[in-house]
Amino acid sequence: MNKTKLAVSMGTAIAIASATTTLNAAGDMVPVKAMADALHLVMDSDRTIYTRKIVNRLVKKDKVIKASEHFEDDKALVLPAQMFRFGAELVQKRSEKLPDVNFSYSLQSLWPVNRQNAPKTKAEKDGLKFVAENKGKNYYTEETLGGKKYFTAVYADTGVAPVCVSCHNKHKDSPKRDFKLGDVMGGVVIRIPIDG
Amino acid sequence: MKHSKLWLLWLTIIVISGAYLTYLLIDGEDKTMFMPGAMTGGHHQIGVACEACHTDSFTDKEDMQKACESCHGEQRKKPFDSHPRAKFTDPRNADRLENIDALHCITCHVEHKPEITQKTGLTQPVDFCVHCHQDIAEERPSHAGMGFETCASAGCHNFHNNRALYTDFLVKHMHEADMLDKQKMPAREFASVLEDIATYPHDRYPVGKLEVKDMDAPEGMQVADDIVHDWVTTAHAGSGVNCTACHMVSGEDDKKVWDDHPDHRACQTCHDIEVNQFMQGKHGMRLKSGLSPMTPAQARLPMKADSHDTELTCNTCHQTHAYKLETAAVEACLGCHDDKHSIAYKNSSHYELWQKESKGELPEGSGVSCATCHMPRTSIDVSDWLRRVVVQHNQNATLVPNEKMIRPVCLNCHGLGFSIDALADEDLVQRNFKGKPSKHINSIDMAEQDNKRHLEETGGETF
Repeated sequence: MNKTKLAVSMGTAIAIASATTTLNAAGDMVPVKAMADALHLVMDSDRTIYTRKIVNRLVKKDKVIKASEHFEDDKALVLPAQMFRFGAELVQKRSEKLPDVNFSYSLQSLWPVNRQNAPKTKAEKDGLKFVAENKGKNYYTEETLGGKKYFTAVYADTGVAPVCVSCHNKHKDSPKRDFKLGDVMGGVVIRIPIDG
Repeated sequence: MKHSKLWLLWLTIIVISGAYLTYLLIDGEDKTMFMPGAMTGGHHQIGVACEACHTDSFTDKEDMQKACESCHGEQRKKPFDSHPRAKFTDPRNADRLENIDALHCITCHVEHKPEITQKTGLTQPVDFCVHCHQDIAEERPSHAGMGFETCASAGCHNFHNNRALYTDFLVKHMHEADMLDKQKMPAREFASVLEDIATYPHDRYPVGKLEVKDMDAPEGMQVADDIVHDWVTTAHAGSGVNCTACHMVSGEDDKKVWDDHPDHRACQTCHDIEVNQFMQGKHGMRLKSGLSPMTPAQARLPMKADSHDTELTCNTCHQTHAYKLETAAVEACLGCHDDKHSIAYKNSSHYELWQKESKGELPEGSGVSCATCHMPRTSIDVSDWLRRVVVQHNQNATLVPNEKMIRPVCLNCHGLGFSIDALADEDLVQRNFKGKPSKHINSIDMAEQDNKRHLEETGGETF
C-alpha cells in the first residue's frame, strides 16, 4: 500500500508542479485557458494513477478486491469515474466559500450510463461531439448559464484500460456497448466563471 | 367630550396591547400568537421558540438553511440523500434551479402551511420529479406510461433517501423469502471501541470493574442501598464509571460541583452521539432549542393520561442508576404511547420474540422491541475515521417515509419484497405487523423486468 500512496503522491506532485509552471509562466494573471488546461492535467493524472495503481492492480492483477458502483454495499473500491465525481462534488462544495477559485467540472458522455451525465448545454453537446470526432484536440468556448458567463473547456475522456471498456459495454444502463480500447468514451467539462 | 373619552380608551387599549405584544415578542416564552399558521408534526413542539429556526433573519434563505441543517444536516448527505446540494450547485444545472430551487429545504418544506402540507412534510405539488426526469421511460422502459403521482408511491422513490429502493439493490434482493434464515439485530459495540473514542475520559475513569468500596461519592454522603445496588450491577460500574463521572458537573466559573440530579449534559460526556441524536428527535428537540423538556401532554399522538406530565430526558427512559436497557426498549415507550400501533404491539409476533429473548429462550438480538424498529442499532460513521454500531436515538431517522426503516431494521430479519409490502400496508402497520401484507408494491417486479431485458440484450452477461 505504501508504494501505492507514493505513486499517487508523486503523480499528484508532478501534475501540480506542471500546473504551477503554467501559472508562473503566465505572470500574475493566469490566462483562463491555461488554468483550465492545468486543472485538467491534475484531474487526468490523478485519475490515471488511481485507475492503474489502485483499481487495476488490486482488482485485475492481485485479485484481492472488487471495484463496484455500489462500493459501500459491496465493500469494494470506488470506480475511477466515481472517484472523479466525488472530487468534483467536494470541489463544488468547498469552492462555494472561495469565490476567487470558483470553478466546476464534470465527467459527461454522449453515451452516459447515468442519463443525468449526458450533455445538457449547447457548449457541452458541441464540445463532446468535437472531442469525439477530433482525437487529440480540446474544445474551448464561452457560455452563459443562470445569468453568469463561463469559459468552458471540454477534454476527451478515453478508455485507457480494458476494464473501462468492458464495464461500459456490459452495464445494463449503457446506451452503447461496442466501445473499443482507446475510444473516446466521454469528456471532462471544466467551467471557470469569467465575468468577475 | 364623550368622543374624547372614547379616543382615550382606544388609545389606552392600543398602548397596553402594544406593550403586552412587545413583551411577548421580546421576552415571552410562548410566541405562538405571532405564528402565521399551525406548524407541522415535525416542529410543533418547538413552535414557541421562533429563534430555533428564525436565527438571524426572517427573510434570509441561507440563515434558514443553516437552521434546517443544524438538525437535519447529517441525513442530507450521501449516501442518505440521493439529491444532495452539490448536485445542484454545478452551473450546468442552473436551468433546473430556475424550475425548482433544490438548494434550500424551504423550497419543498414550507412551515406554517398546514393546508398544503402532506404527510411527508412536502409542500410542493407532487409532480416535482417531472422537472428533471420526464424522459425516464427512455432509460427504464418499465416506467412507460406511469403518471407523475406514482413516483413517490410507497416502496418506489423518495426524493432524499433511496438506499433500499435503487434498482440494483432491488435486483440483488429480488427473490428473498419473507423470513431470512438469519434473523438477528446487530450487537452493541460501545464497550469494545472505547479505546478509539478520543473524547472518552480515559484519564479520569479508566476502563475496569468497580466495586462498592470504590465509590467516590463525597465523604459523608448517605447513598441509598437501592442506588448502590443499581449502580454496581450496571455496565457503568462494570466499566469504571464512578459516581463523580456523572454527578460532578460544571458550575460557576466552570468549577466542578456535585449535582444530585445531573441532566443530559452529564450523559453527553461519554454518550455525545446518542444525546445529540436524541435532541434531533421528537423526544429531545425541545432541549436542543433551550426549552423545558418535552412532555406527553404536548404530543399530537395519543398518550396515556397518567403520563402527561412526565418530562422527557435521558433518565426518563433509562431509569437513573439502573439503566436497564430492556425497560428502555419497551416499557418506557408503552408507559406513554397509547396509539393503535403501540397498543397492538403486545399482541404481535415481534413481542413474542422479545419475550422469548427476555426469558433467555432465544439469543440476544432475536427479539423485536419498540426500540428495535424506532431506535435501531445501526453501524454509522461516528467520525471521518471510525464506524461503529450506535443505537439511533433520533427516531425520525427511520420514521417518515417509513421506507427509511427497511435497511437499518427490516432487512435484519425479512426479505426486501416482504418489507416493502408490509410497510406500504397501513392497516398492517396499525396492527403492529400481526399477519401478512395485503398490499403488493411492484418495484421489485419492474426492476426484475429491466434486468431480464438487460440480460437478454447482453447474452446473459452481467457487469
